[in-house]
Amino acid sequence: MTESEHIIDASERKLFDWKELLFYKELFYFFTWRDIKIKYKQTVLGFMWAILQPLLMMTIFTLFFGKALNIPSQNLPYPVFVFSGLLIWTIFSSGLTNASNSMVNNAQIIKKIYFPRLIIPVSSILGALFDFLMAFILYIGILIYYQQPVSLHAFWCWPVALLVTIVATLGPGSWLAALNVKYRDFRYVIPFLVQVLFFLTPVIYPISMLTHPWLRYLLVVSPMYAAIELFRMPITGIVPQPEFIIISLGSGVLLLLIGLTYFRKTEDLFADFA
Amino acid sequence: MKPILEIQSISKRYRIQHLAGGYLSLRERMVNALKFEKNNMEDFWALKDVSFEVQPGESIGIIGRNGAGKSTLLKILSKITPPTTGRIVSRGRIASLLEVGTGFHPELTGRENIFFNGSLLGMKRKEIDKKFDEIVDFSGTEKFLDTPLKHYSSGMQLRLAFSVAAFLEPEILIIDEVLAVGDAEFQKKCLGKMEDVSKSGRTILFVSHNMAAVREMCQKTILMNKGRCELIGPSTDVIEMYLKNGMVQACYEGERKQDSPYIEKVYSINSSGELGTSFLNEDEIAVCIKTQNTGSVINLSLGLALRDRLGNKLFTTTKKYLAEQGDKLHTVTIPGKLLLSGNYSVDVAIFIPNGSVYDYARECIAIRVDDFESDMAVYSSADIGVINVPCTWT
Repeated sequence: MTESEHIIDASERKLFDWKELLFYKELFYFFTWRDIKIKYKQTVLGFMWAILQPLLMMTIFTLFFGKALNIPSQNLPYPVFVFSGLLIWTIFSSGLTNASNSMVNNAQIIKKIYFPRLIIPVSSILGALFDFLMAFILYIGILIYYQQPVSLHAFWCWPVALLVTIVATLGPGSWLAALNVKYRDFRYVIPFLVQVLFFLTPVIYPISMLTHPWLRYLLVVSPMYAAIELFRMPITGIVPQPEFIIISLGSGVLLLLIGLTYFRKTEDLFADFA
Repeated sequence: MKPILEIQSISKRYRIQHLAGGYLSLRERMVNALKFEKNNMEDFWALKDVSFEVQPGESIGIIGRNGAGKSTLLKILSKITPPTTGRIVSRGRIASLLEVGTGFHPELTGRENIFFNGSLLGMKRKEIDKKFDEIVDFSGTEKFLDTPLKHYSSGMQLRLAFSVAAFLEPEILIIDEVLAVGDAEFQKKCLGKMEDVSKSGRTILFVSHNMAAVREMCQKTILMNKGRCELIGPSTDVIEMYLKNGMVQACYEGERKQDSPYIEKVYSINSSGELGTSFLNEDEIAVCIKTQNTGSVINLSLGLALRDRLGNKLFTTTKKYLAEQGDKLHTVTIPGKLLLSGNYSVDVAIFIPNGSVYDYARECIAIRVDDFESDMAVYSSADIGVINVPCTWT
């Protein structure tokens, strides 16, 4: 970019400046790398926490919901059912939480150096993907332990489910990140929001448990619904209702557009407000 | 040749909350919100219609008082905040050092911090790999490369931070006062490195209060005042102009009073006996006060108070004197090694203890102190207070 002219003014920016993002591509890596490094510094168990956390959650949910309340689990052993859900849900919950706080946490950097701000929330979501990969190894172990057959659809279902999760996380994540810079109130809203969404998404129960059809339509608005159903499809063999998937995907894409637009519109002011 | 940087009438407006009677209560806020009242916001123009051009290879100094808009200008040039109006055309890659060690994390090791910080400053990974040894060498921290940064001394942290920045190779380098920290020896090293950079044909914009450094490094200097670009020209001329203008305000001249003692003049002089407002930490600061008495009261006290930049009084010192008719010169010497880096102001008063005050010159002169030598010098950018007290630690 030596010879090209570059203009700095107050004009509006494009929703996606691919050229610029590409120029700074290494920063995605470095931010993600730093977040992961810092997260496990000075811990004895280190990366093991990425495996232990979902394992403990699975045990608790199995005891309370599987054994005590006898929640149906789409013909799967309840631990397998709940772990597959938790695995993909954790990307969303920790990704969303990290992304929402990311701009405020990196305020010192934002005030002193320019780079595309979007790198910060995106990297914090990529950091959550790392934990997913660790826990995924355990997931394979659990599948083998329960001798759970997996259909070949897994080869496309799992990657697509991951992609859907990232889209579902990035939309609200970037939106909340931008809002959090201006109104710190959101810091307190986020944990509550994540908790509510957890119960509104069929992670620990199947959607078939809800008998009222309108209730189902309400749940599938959650962008995470499609991700979880797709991720479980290879082991349950149950094909989810197409209109449910479409609603869920649509809501994910809509939230992504809203989130990114708001982020890009307010991005310029971050340094003044942070 | 086309200029590498064209700044075309840049202005920057900030909205500041204007509170008439102290704090607004929550109820008042809500009432205001309901009335859609916005009149408690006041516009503040941090920059007003600033234009200049920079030719490739030029080193330009930017000077001015605090609040003149220097930092805002750099922030806009670095794309951290957009201008309200106007535009900038740049024909090269800009890297800015508004702070050394941005993004340094105490939990990461020296090695890890070099990579993260370097990448933030716009270096490619390969570039960092290539220069890694040089960076480490320059910083002199090779022994601690794999130690978390939190175990480094602050001096070491600073050296490491500057070393990463020193190996940046952008076409345009923007530097904000980063050299005002660190021990004298390392500062020299940094200045040397920057001169190398400017000699290698790169363009530098350098904001500083250190006039000697600006004069040495930059052929051209811009003087900013109240958000405007007041003067552009050869460094020596602009700096001289700036110091001369500063000098006028460095000397306070009081109003003549009839039948009363009053303060005629207040000024500060440096160790070589010249008028000056800029001191080093180790310098003694001599404040000269010339009093006049046209009245008949003769048993008076003279007081001097020093304020920090926020206007807090740091201390007061007084002396009783016999004020006979006519003028009298008093010199107050503030000991060296007392004040840390910062801007200070002086109040002078003539009074009778627990009685009437005859004359009071509030914040009549300004003093600037730079600290490169004391133990606290490395913390200059942090909130460490303003007084250097020689405490004993055991």
